[in-house]
Amino acid sequence: MIERREFLRAGLLGGASLGILGAASAPASAQAIEQLQMFIPAAPGGGWDQTGRSLEQAMKAANLIKSAQITNKGGAGGVVGLPEFLNQWRGRPNAIMVAGLVMVGSIITNKAPVSLLSTVPLARLTEEYQVVVAPANSPFKDLRDFAAALKADPAKVPIAGGSAGGTDHITAGLIAKAVGTDARRVAYVANAGGGPAAAMIIGGQVAAGVSGLGEFAENIKAGKMKALGVSSDKRIAGVDIPTFKEQGVDVSIANWRGVFAPPGVTDAQRKAMIDLVEATVKSAAWQEILAKQDWANVLLTGDAFGAYLQEEFKRTEAVLKDLGLA
Amino acid sequence: MDALSGLAQGFAVALTPINLFWCLLGTTLGTAIGVLPGLGPAVTIALLLPITFKVDATAAFIMFAGIYYGAMYGGSTTSILVNTPGESATIVTAMEGNKMARRGRGAQALATAAIGSFVAGTIGTLGLAFLGPVVVDLALRFGPAEYFSLMVLAFVTVSAVLGNSALRGLASLFLGLFLGLVGVDNQTSQARLTFGVMELLDGIDVIQVAVGLFAVGETLWLCARYRNAKDEVLALSGSLWMSAQDWARSWKAWIRGALIGFPIGALPAGGAEVPTFLSYYAEKRLSRHPEEFGKGAIEGVAGPEAANNASAAGVLVPMLTLGLPTSATAAIMLSAFQSYGIQPGPMLMQNQPALVWGLIASLFIGNAMLLVLNLPLVGLWVRLLRIPAPMLYAGILVFATIGAYNKSQSPLDIVILYAIGVLGYAMRRYDFPTAPVIIGMILGPFAEQALRQALTISAGDWTTLVTRPISASILVVALLAVAGPSLWRLARPPR
Repeated sequence: MIERREFLRAGLLGGASLGILGAASAPASAQAIEQLQMFIPAAPGGGWDQTGRSLEQAMKAANLIKSAQITNKGGAGGVVGLPEFLNQWRGRPNAIMVAGLVMVGSIITNKAPVSLLSTVPLARLTEEYQVVVAPANSPFKDLRDFAAALKADPAKVPIAGGSAGGTDHITAGLIAKAVGTDARRVAYVANAGGGPAAAMIIGGQVAAGVSGLGEFAENIKAGKMKALGVSSDKRIAGVDIPTFKEQGVDVSIANWRGVFAPPGVTDAQRKAMIDLVEATVKSAAWQEILAKQDWANVLLTGDAFGAYLQEEFKRTEAVLKDLGLA
Repeated sequence: MDALSGLAQGFAVALTPINLFWCLLGTTLGTAIGVLPGLGPAVTIALLLPITFKVDATAAFIMFAGIYYGAMYGGSTTSILVNTPGESATIVTAMEGNKMARRGRGAQALATAAIGSFVAGTIGTLGLAFLGPVVVDLALRFGPAEYFSLMVLAFVTVSAVLGNSALRGLASLFLGLFLGLVGVDNQTSQARLTFGVMELLDGIDVIQVAVGLFAVGETLWLCARYRNAKDEVLALSGSLWMSAQDWARSWKAWIRGALIGFPIGALPAGGAEVPTFLSYYAEKRLSRHPEEFGKGAIEGVAGPEAANNASAAGVLVPMLTLGLPTSATAAIMLSAFQSYGIQPGPMLMQNQPALVWGLIASLFIGNAMLLVLNLPLVGLWVRLLRIPAPMLYAGILVFATIGAYNKSQSPLDIVILYAIGVLGYAMRRYDFPTAPVIIGMILGPFAEQALRQALTISAGDWTTLVTRPISASILVVALLAVAGPSLWRLARPPR
């Protein structure tokens, strides 16, 4: 992780200089937005909340906004709050919602009557990758061993992770599918949080585990868990874990987070928000936050993000069907 | 580094004036949010996370730990005085504590809760400082099978609160099990009993139900009988201090509560509620005055209060030794570590000794501060009880309603609160005990998830519950708790 932070810091310098350039070339940033309204469909403290509050910090530090009003309405992976954003927030300028892949899964499994696709997608901001681990004394040396065992009899390979239908479960399902096993037979042990799941793995209660890399990184470094593979497309700089793809399992997945505008905003209002997000991402303050939190910067804005979102819905729905959850 | 020198270093960090200030601020704030409805330590710390951009790490964590401990103290105050638990871990406290308050012994109940919290918090923190690594090794041997057996043991303790009629008690218990089923099932992510209402996906909050049954139900009951009843102002009988007998009955309960609370709190999925039930059961069984239970037995306050504070220290064991967040509050404290660029994990104690030991030392200091803060307040708090009943209960209703709404700003929560309140009134009217509802709600989902996880791991083999040594031992203890007394009577020669 240290190496990775170092690397990001190098990137940060680049980002910062870009930021200066950006500020110089964008006169719009001279007039800061009076008040940004931010909707977070999760309780304070989680990943979306952290992303939202970090955005607020960076926007204020870069003089892009004067203040922000944050509304938290949490529950069930965001589907409790989403209707409020779609209805009460309709057409509001200077308003954004923070959400991500988790909400995509939650909308599908809960058969929610509302969808993230009804919002106006602004930008994908960050990604965190998934990691497959095994207890320190596991017979699995790498992901190939794990994949072989999974293929032989999935019921004998209990896998611990977060709640059913979440990113961890989806990752396990994608791997099972890629190795040619019935995803429904995967012995997935769902936990209410990352802590209990990690305890199960370190204590050797299960054969393997799936989680966000950040959540397990320290236990991997300390030798309490053995990392078998990461879900990124290519190797993550500074992280000495091979990818799934390198080991013959053709799966890549990232837990992304992004921002959305309410439905009914004008094209100009939409553009203003995209400009705001782009200027924020270039700011030194945001780059510093990325480095601290180990978030990968994967900015994708406007229509390109909209198309990506459609794809994510299709893929997630297909996996959840395979898992028997949708 | 060994624990003693670490602790010495920690006190050097924690005793600086600025850190003492943060500790005082945290404990005061913690006590306040414990007393106020609807605000828990997790949400409070989350809302304070932005200060991590301004304050240095050690100071911030000292304050967060103060909030965490302080909320445990404050939560018991409302449980005892107005039967409105602010934290799920203080629900058991309300059972005997509020009865004591109604008998004019509110001051003693508050005192035994505060001193017991101090004693148990200190024992728990000592355990954290000196036994952390050992305890965590043991705790990791607990898998789902062991948790299920622990829940079986906890269900046995329900008999302590079933009341006079087993049938009515069990009916209440099953109502709790039913309420616990509402929401998304964690193992399959399918909604159960939500009837398409999105707000119900996360289930019904147990604190909501406790407040509805205890506080709202109680108020309705009082209203229904008010015309016939004399306006009872609760007299404060005698001294505010605990008598020699109170001390004699409390101290063993404090120690036992701490010994039950700390290890269960350290279990990655142990929680703070289960030890309070186990402690209540143990005290009822061991007391020389079992007839007082249900009418305001001081052991029934002392034990569970001690258990919940010791478990708060226990929760910090996996957090500081392995970086595992095992409660909502611990999870948010971990995310605060990240905003400092500190990666919480097994190396935390080696990499950040000043931070970790400073935090542990400040827990000792915070505990002492809380005692000093809370004991003088006892005299002030009990005066609340002298408010004439109509005003006091109107106040409780306002308090409970705000708390329900605050949790998620959803009007549905208020509807649920009052529906449960009406139910609580009906249960009181027809003499059904309310405590088993809460126990069913907490233990039911826990036991169900643990059993299904255990069976997933064992590929459907039920013998996993008895072939694993720890699981089997716990089941034996549960069996003895059920059958022990009758076996004892059989074995004893007739007089």
